[in-house]
Amino acid sequence: MSEEITRELFNHLVELAALELSETEAEYLRKQLNNQLKAIHELESTPLDPDTPIASHGVPYTAATTPALRSDTLNSHPNPAKLLAGAPEVDENYIIVPEIPHQKLK
Amino acid sequence: MQLFELTALQIAESIRQKKLTAREVIEAHLNHIQTVDGIPGTVGGDPAAEPDKIHAFITLTKESALEQAAAIDAKIAAGEDPGPLAGVPVTIKDILCVEGTPSTAASKILANFVAPYTATAVERWQKAGAIVLGKVNLDEFTYGSSNESSAFQPAPRNPWDTSRVPGGSSGGSAAAVAAFEGPISLGTDTAGSIRLPAAYCGVVGLKPTYGRVSRYGLIAFGSSLDCPGPLTRTVSDSALALQVMAGADPHDSTAATVPVPDYLAEIEKGVHGLKIGLSPDYFRITYFDAATGALEEQPLPAEIKQAVYDAAQKLAAQGAEIVEDIPMPHTKFGIPAYFVISRVEAASNLHRYDGVKYGYRTPDLTEDLRSMYRKSRAQGFGLQPKLRVLMGMYVSAAQYSEQYYNRALKIRSLIRRDFDEAFAKVDTLLTPSTPGPAFKIGGVYGDSVLMQYADQLLVTGNHAGVPGISIPAGFDGENLPIGIHFFAGDFREDLLFRAGHAYEQATKNEAWRSARPALAR
Repeated sequence: MSEEITRELFNHLVELAALELSETEAEYLRKQLNNQLKAIHELESTPLDPDTPIASHGVPYTAATTPALRSDTLNSHPNPAKLLAGAPEVDENYIIVPEIPHQKLK
Repeated sequence: MQLFELTALQIAESIRQKKLTAREVIEAHLNHIQTVDGIPGTVGGDPAAEPDKIHAFITLTKESALEQAAAIDAKIAAGEDPGPLAGVPVTIKDILCVEGTPSTAASKILANFVAPYTATAVERWQKAGAIVLGKVNLDEFTYGSSNESSAFQPAPRNPWDTSRVPGGSSGGSAAAVAAFEGPISLGTDTAGSIRLPAAYCGVVGLKPTYGRVSRYGLIAFGSSLDCPGPLTRTVSDSALALQVMAGADPHDSTAATVPVPDYLAEIEKGVHGLKIGLSPDYFRITYFDAATGALEEQPLPAEIKQAVYDAAQKLAAQGAEIVEDIPMPHTKFGIPAYFVISRVEAASNLHRYDGVKYGYRTPDLTEDLRSMYRKSRAQGFGLQPKLRVLMGMYVSAAQYSEQYYNRALKIRSLIRRDFDEAFAKVDTLLTPSTPGPAFKIGGVYGDSVLMQYADQLLVTGNHAGVPGISIPAGFDGENLPIGIHFFAGDFREDLLFRAGHAYEQATKNEAWRSARPALAR
């Protein structure tokens, strides 16, 4: 059986997804992806009129059903400490992260 | 009758009429939960622990529930009306934020996340007098139909047979409602995640129209598909729960500005004169054969088919007109299109979990930020989120998106067109809820294609955005609940409630209506 997602392509996706996987995980996930793609190919079994529109939502939004946009004003959070309380590492109002990879501009 | 057996309407009415106190009601539920639920799910917990308990909860908020009950009783004593959900105990799927409580998405990556605000739907219930008993378990990030993927184990079990799954992803919600651990639970439905567990557990599950209920405070999966909605034991309670939480919300620009009808008044109108459609495309089911890679068609199990036809007859006897042979030819593309669309949206939504702002960060030493992202995500996410991110990256990549993503979005238009054409002819469609009853724990988990196909009769409603309701319709030969389901047009939940309530009335004297899970007798 041909595999649409080869090991090489899979490793590329893992990199894009910002993941690291064990061998066992990688083997299972790649197999499941290839199985799911077989189901996805069922979509090709129906001819599509080139004018068929895409639907990014099922329910159409009209002027009457769409809420008005909020005014574009700055609202301060009443309690920033509460939000920062969830961060893994903070220094006063700063969130601490490891070294950010960067290149010197030429 | 014990207090925990009362419906939400009965509880609110009794409390408002001073026949019961909120404290009595909450204590009765907390005691019952202590008897039937067993240990809560925890990260690294034993999946096989206490196999005869329900395990619906991740977090039980006993103290705050009793405080809320005291506040309701104080309002009553002061002559104030606490609202239409006065003192009604509710549970919340742990994918919705409730301020000050852990909101975990059943994932290790959010295990330590305490929500700094409350989801709109929950807040509206609380303002109407509802009392939150706690947060209930689900598939990790809602990704599953069985709850087995939860990082918090033991996962919920089916109250009718604890060797079986409750369904998912709102499995904790369905199990809690079926086992009388609160008459209302708030779930979410992206491909059937309210309605499938409702069918498996013998309760009522409503997926409202997309845009009917605000998604603010819902941890996002598929943003164009996700809908919060109630799980209840009666259709009237479903109507009451929706009534309170529906409507526009300044925090969610997709919450539509469509007036909310008085559902409880509508429900009494019955089905006389309603046109109810049956579609042959919902009476065949597709199975994926992993060995050959082929999708194979099978007829629906006879008992489920019979339950649907029986319901049609009962509704016809009440004056509904049954219209057969409504074509819904794109039904079979629901799952394949969902495999694409939901994965692209999930991959996008899951990128926010990076170990920086909140949630899990790897304790390992990391050389730089990128390495910290990778390790935190690798250690924090279970297999199902990883699978969804990877598929989402693939089918939306520039070189593949025309073949996959755009094609799936076009097929979505055709699924929507099926519903538009159907609702030009009929008021509601009557369908089965699921291709079969609740399966054994361990029976399907691991095969992500077979698991997804459990949603094949429901997911079309999410693509189209239309509302759907699953209601109990008896039991099969193995004493497992069977669900039947209605679809209606956009924002016509009133029709779902009318049809569902009419069916309840027509079957109220049938023996199966008084059945109780052994644990909850």
